[in-house]
Amino acid sequence: MNTNKLFMVLAFATITLTGCRKDDYIIPEEEEILPPQTVTSVDGFYLLNEGNMNMNKASLDYYDYATGSYRRNVYGEANPGATLGLGDVGNDIGIYGNKLYAVINNSNKVEVMDALTSKRLKVIDVKNARYITFAKGKAYVSAYDGEAQLGDNSPNGFVAEIDTTSLDIKRTVMVGRQPEEMAVVADKLYVANSGGYSPPNYERTVSVIDLNSFTKTKDIDVAINLNRLKADDYGDLYVSSRGDYSQIPSKLFVIDTKTDSVKKSFDLATSNFTIVRDTAYIIGSEFSYETFDWDINYSLIDVKNETLLEDNFLPQSVIDAIKTPYGIAVDPVSLNIYVTDAGDYVSPGTLYCIDKNGDIKFQVTTGDIPAHMAFKETTTTQQ
Amino acid sequence: MYFYKHKCLWVRVSMLLSLMIFSFLSPAFAQEFPGNAKDSLDIIKGFALGEVIVTATKVKFSLASPMPVQILSGKKLEKLNSLSVADAIRYFSGVQLKDYGGIGGIKTINVRSLGSAHTAVFYDGMSVGNAQNGQVDLGKFSLDNIESIELYNGQKSTIFQPARGFFSSNTLFLRTKAPQFSKDKNYRLKPAFKTGSFGLVNPSLLYQQKLSPALSLSASAERVEAHGRYKYNYRKEGGYDTTAVRQNGDITSLRTEMTLHVKLRRTGQASIKTYLYDSERGLPGAIVANRYHHVQRQWDRNFFIHASLHNSFSKKHNLLANIKFSNDYNRYLDPDYKTNEGALDNKYYQNELYTSLVNQYSLRPWWDVSLATDFSLNTLSANLYRFPYPSRYSYLGALSSHMRWEGMDLQANLLAGYIKEDVKHYQQGDNQSVLSPVISVSAQPFKYKAFRVRAFYKESFRMPTFNDLYYTFIGNSSLRPEVTTQYDVGATWTIEPGGVLQSASVQTDIYYNKVKDKIVAMPSSNLFRWTMLNLGEVDIKGLEAKTDLGFKLSTKLLLDLGLNYTYQKAIDITPNGSTYGHQIPYAPEHSATLTSSVLWKNWQMNYSFIYTGERYSQKANIPVNYVQPWYTSDIALNWEGTLVRIPVKIGAEVNNFFNQYYDVVLNFPMPGRNYRINLAIEL
Repeated sequence: MNTNKLFMVLAFATITLTGCRKDDYIIPEEEEILPPQTVTSVDGFYLLNEGNMNMNKASLDYYDYATGSYRRNVYGEANPGATLGLGDVGNDIGIYGNKLYAVINNSNKVEVMDALTSKRLKVIDVKNARYITFAKGKAYVSAYDGEAQLGDNSPNGFVAEIDTTSLDIKRTVMVGRQPEEMAVVADKLYVANSGGYSPPNYERTVSVIDLNSFTKTKDIDVAINLNRLKADDYGDLYVSSRGDYSQIPSKLFVIDTKTDSVKKSFDLATSNFTIVRDTAYIIGSEFSYETFDWDINYSLIDVKNETLLEDNFLPQSVIDAIKTPYGIAVDPVSLNIYVTDAGDYVSPGTLYCIDKNGDIKFQVTTGDIPAHMAFKETTTTQQ
Repeated sequence: MYFYKHKCLWVRVSMLLSLMIFSFLSPAFAQEFPGNAKDSLDIIKGFALGEVIVTATKVKFSLASPMPVQILSGKKLEKLNSLSVADAIRYFSGVQLKDYGGIGGIKTINVRSLGSAHTAVFYDGMSVGNAQNGQVDLGKFSLDNIESIELYNGQKSTIFQPARGFFSSNTLFLRTKAPQFSKDKNYRLKPAFKTGSFGLVNPSLLYQQKLSPALSLSASAERVEAHGRYKYNYRKEGGYDTTAVRQNGDITSLRTEMTLHVKLRRTGQASIKTYLYDSERGLPGAIVANRYHHVQRQWDRNFFIHASLHNSFSKKHNLLANIKFSNDYNRYLDPDYKTNEGALDNKYYQNELYTSLVNQYSLRPWWDVSLATDFSLNTLSANLYRFPYPSRYSYLGALSSHMRWEGMDLQANLLAGYIKEDVKHYQQGDNQSVLSPVISVSAQPFKYKAFRVRAFYKESFRMPTFNDLYYTFIGNSSLRPEVTTQYDVGATWTIEPGGVLQSASVQTDIYYNKVKDKIVAMPSSNLFRWTMLNLGEVDIKGLEAKTDLGFKLSTKLLLDLGLNYTYQKAIDITPNGSTYGHQIPYAPEHSATLTSSVLWKNWQMNYSFIYTGERYSQKANIPVNYVQPWYTSDIALNWEGTLVRIPVKIGAEVNNFFNQYYDVVLNFPMPGRNYRINLAIEL
């Protein structure tokens, strides 16, 4: 009898234990109401959170100017059928036409979504994809690995041209090793090559691609380990060199696209920047092996006169609060500055909004490693 | 959504507790049927003598230990459906196994949330650390030639051991099968074969030879081969439901070891052991959206030679000398990481020279003192860019005293260490010197001998590993060592009433640990690289309860039951941290195991159950970091007897019987239901 009793308890315990793993739902988005912004030709923006590598935690947030609604983690709920969500390491984002493009690096893809609903339109496979830029109905994606196009053993990267209507890769072109950010000026695509996989033999060039023939026409020698690249309205390119993280410091270079040569450089640690109207907003954070700490600067460059301004663009309270400055975007109409803090990389980050007078408008908790922003135009319609 | 999970958990926990209380009350049964006691005992003796002895020694041993000890040995170990030491230690309380899944997936132990580098692993009395990453992959120790696994919170409760044995926060001892010969035979030959899911082909051979009355040899070899493929599933309610096959999880490994045992005059003994493990495996990688296949590979080769001498030169004196040389090679190949020289191909070479001398002297019949001194030299070289080529010189000393009175044991240790760092290039880590005290006591508070209480206080530290300090771009030579402080109070109670309940033992501990300057390694781009994180301070409060029960249900039917429960609050208390007050990553609040086996004639059936509660994959305890609880049931059926006068053991196992898909480490899916069959004979 006792035996039976024991087994009954045992069986009951097992059943109880087994019955308790709750159904696992898609994690819903979270909404916070922040101060609204004046709707201009811009009515909001998407923020892509990278997520730490292998955590599969890339996520999208959306801030709506009219209502002040900040929606965290919108992708999952909009796309319940997308296996394992947005993916691993969101590296770049852009809106072109009515479509939202997210480059998800470690998921080897470009996720194309409806810019209004953030519903998936297509997944374009691009191995080790890095950045995206747009021109004349095409999207250009840089990628470290062109296994299929360049062969198994080529260390070179490539740029893929995607038709923004059919969302197919139309053409590809080989560039330098580990290409990073790109910009289009006139009919030329400029690609910053890093060569980061083979230290100390970094790349030191910007590749120039003729968009009509989609062939590389030249390489502009700049400096080692290039990363960020942006064009201003005066036919110049600003390109950052990350240096070698020890002897050679990070710098910012200016390339004249009329001559395709370097015309100026700034001794300014540059990890991220954006150019809006006549101003470049620069975040520099460089690890010092001497002090074992990060040296951080928030600098401004007048791109019309190519001069470094005295000011920085953040109030001291924000500078003090930010642990790891990471993403930067400036609304082209209101000139509100959006800057992100990636914190310790494995916890949710913070987004700060500062108006053009340097006053804090709000701060909000984001996903892990908030990094890349894309402004949405009022004219955007559903696909 | 996340709250009613908690609620549900409490139901579960209360179930477990009631089950345990039920077990506590069970002695009452025995008293109800006193008449049966005598003859049933005789039957047990005749039927399963070995079993009873094993249980009895085990209980006696753990009863007097001033530090909590958990032991799996002999038959008890064989009852668990375990391929490797890693599978078996999941049944210990207070233990989290970090398991990356599959046969080739790396498996490391984390005891009481102190972190995996705080558990020292000893193989036949010799530590098998890894100065490079502080991680010992327990998946590579097959259970085939293991006689016992012992886990000590704090340290092993003897003062006669190398200094290293005292320095870690926790110690795990693996003991291989020592030569045993019957009277009429001077050799033993034990071939065994296992096969099953994942394409497992696992032959092994144990050979023991008596060369002379004083000299014996033991050799063993084992090969593991598996393609490592298994199905896994990721699904969300009302969303995606994707089943895929785990790729690139293949492994081929060969382990050979040989030991020569020498008995010296009177009480002395010496041994010399060589060990070689060689493996190649695929790294199946993290499963993330749009990426189900990885191509990275890893090779490991571990070699060591170890000589040990134990002798005494007078009745009051004992000496233990050890010397070991080890050489470890590790290669990591990433074809996706294309450099100018082709695929990324990192090679790491580690050497260790280790010497230890322990002297123990009996001052009084009730008082022993010992002095243990260790020296070790660790070096690491690698074909990495900007690699500093570090060396580490460690000088460790432990002065110990052990006093025994009627009903009381008191042990005190004073540990002193000096660690010197040296690099050929770049920034070297700081030299460290430490002094830490340990005090432990075990007492019998009442006349009743079966009940004992114990307590210990221990300070320890761990050096940052070579990877923590020097790994190119990730390492940080300004890292501080981690410091732990442990407080533990516990009690053990053992009875052997006879009758239906043959034996019962209960062991409970509550503990409070503090970790300062904790270095947390989070998986980053691949299994082999980590993001270093100084988590700061952690406060760990826990409770462990453990009970083992032996029932004799009828004259031929025996039931063994073991229950373990762990409650743990491991809280990040880093000042000004954004996650202050949150449970640290991967530490479940509740975890429990149940093991049971039924013996009937030559048959044995085992059922075991493991439960690990909800956890968070990252520092912030928020919904996106939530990791589901998991629980698996393993079942085995064994037959042991003789066929054509040859002792044979045949077994069949079903693991993860209810086919639960789960992750121990986020995005590293574990296998669903899987099978294994074993055959072992003795010639």
